[in-house]
Amino acid sequence: MSRISTALSAPFAPVRAYFRKHRSFGIFVGVALLSIALPLLTRVPPFDGIQSTNAWVNAFTTAAIYAMLAMGLNVVIGFAGLLDLGYAAFFALGGYTYAFVASPFTGVHLPFWPMLLAGGVVGAIFGVLLGAPTLRLRGDYLAIVTLGFGEIVPITLMNADKFTDGVNGIGGIDKPSIPGILQFTLTNPWPMYGLVIALFALIMIMIYRLQDSRIGRTWDAIREDELAAESSGVNIVIAKLQAFAVGASIAGIVGVVNAAKITIVTPDQFRFAVSISVLAAVVLGGMGNTIGVATGAFVIYLFQSILLKQLNTLVENFNIPVLNQIDFLEFQYVLYGIVLVLMMLKRPQGIFPARRRMREFAPLKIGKRGAK
Amino acid sequence: MAPLLELKDVHTYYGAVHALRGVSLKVEEGEIVTLIGSNGAGKTTTLRTISGLERARSGSIKLKGKSIEAAEPHDIVRLGVGHSPEGRRVFSRMSVRENLEMGAFLRKSGPDVQKDFKKVFDLFPRLKERESQAAGTMSGGEQQMLAIGRALMAQPKILLLDEPSMGLAPILVEQIFDIITEINSRGTAVLLVEQNAMMALGIAKRGYILQIGEVTLEDSCAKLAKNPKVREAYLGV
Repeated sequence: MSRISTALSAPFAPVRAYFRKHRSFGIFVGVALLSIALPLLTRVPPFDGIQSTNAWVNAFTTAAIYAMLAMGLNVVIGFAGLLDLGYAAFFALGGYTYAFVASPFTGVHLPFWPMLLAGGVVGAIFGVLLGAPTLRLRGDYLAIVTLGFGEIVPITLMNADKFTDGVNGIGGIDKPSIPGILQFTLTNPWPMYGLVIALFALIMIMIYRLQDSRIGRTWDAIREDELAAESSGVNIVIAKLQAFAVGASIAGIVGVVNAAKITIVTPDQFRFAVSISVLAAVVLGGMGNTIGVATGAFVIYLFQSILLKQLNTLVENFNIPVLNQIDFLEFQYVLYGIVLVLMMLKRPQGIFPARRRMREFAPLKIGKRGAK
Repeated sequence: MAPLLELKDVHTYYGAVHALRGVSLKVEEGEIVTLIGSNGAGKTTTLRTISGLERARSGSIKLKGKSIEAAEPHDIVRLGVGHSPEGRRVFSRMSVRENLEMGAFLRKSGPDVQKDFKKVFDLFPRLKERESQAAGTMSGGEQQMLAIGRALMAQPKILLLDEPSMGLAPILVEQIFDIITEINSRGTAVLLVEQNAMMALGIAKRGYILQIGEVTLEDSCAKLAKNPKVREAYLGV
């Protein structure tokens, strides 16, 4: 770290030391403060001119959903070192699980809260089902299989017309409510914002605890050297399955929340582009660093949903015929591509590299000391 | 009494390649046994088959009379086989201490494990000095010490050592071999795979010569060292 940044962070040292000791509480406080600061920020120029506070809050909610997905995928890619290109499939399974039991489509209306858990369980089950036969594959091969799975799920949902209403998806999904106290609505974004932020903090705390646990250490070991981990007595199949299951269950839970937020699920919401955008967030933020990938997701989402939209309005004002034809929102895929390529070339450890990962990308000076 | 480790007619394949063509050998409690052979003779494959990293297609592997040829690698570690793999394979981005902790992965942490940390640091004072250093930044000799130390942390009854002298300066090789003798004198049996046949025959009690996947000669090390064929083929005299 440079001397300047050390000097700058010096006054915060006691605070940092406190939160290092009480990290879960620190995350809780940090997320709470941020969740209050962000809406306040949208009331000052230039942000207040872009869209209403309600629209901003809605955007932050989606960004946080996206960030939770990034944190979940990071467990699989960043912790265990398994390249999963079909992560959106688990997100879809969570969403459809809730849609099946809380919409006019089936006529069943189960309450939202227990279904949060159910979404996680469904995700974990499918994670294990996909993982068990495929985790013996390595690197590229695993990526290809997960890529296939990621396509199979939305295509199945699209073609199983009878059960899913195909491309139309399932609409009118129930919004959450706290009976007698609070009913979530489409027009008031605040309750959903609160719910998502709370869940975000919970998931982040859980992931950090997991990383420090025995399981976290086994993931470090298999990522570094599978053979050495095996020789040390690590059951690598179980360890990888655990990573897959944790990642998938987070996607499942988030899928339920997402379905309840936008009240409709369609196969199109879960295509390859979603997996790639979450991957881009993980790469941008720094594989292995939970806070980093969450930030990466926030940045990418707000960039595409606010900045690109603004670009559209801006260009319309110029009234240049050729440029008017361009919908900059379509450029989000170019954006993911640029992010992935540039990051891999210039800064593969991400903007906020994980401490251990930093060592992995730093050139090792092996044997310099020499034998004496 | 059944020998500590006994292989009978073990065949291992890599796909269609017949790597071990009926290897039989045994290691008694408290022994150092060495496995000598040229490149590609199947030395590493033998160790990998014992520790379950490769599957034997036929034959039996018994640890204290108990069959382990079908067991998973982590179960074999639990049963008391420590494997320091070829090329050291330390977790290069973990610290020395974390590497040793990984070695004790299957054990409940407690005073017992702490005692073993002390034992390993006694054997390898260099590791104590570098306790919090990233393992990959250490010299080859230090990494070899760490790889052996890590295997010892599992409290093995038998230690499989794959080419511990590879790429080390001669004086370090001697140091490592002294330590192997020391580990053995504390009661751990050792199955030592070496290209440095001279050194291996010097510390082991018995030896096996492996050629293209088959044991072609088995004798006490003193006799092997005098055998003209062995001297010509492996000792370069």
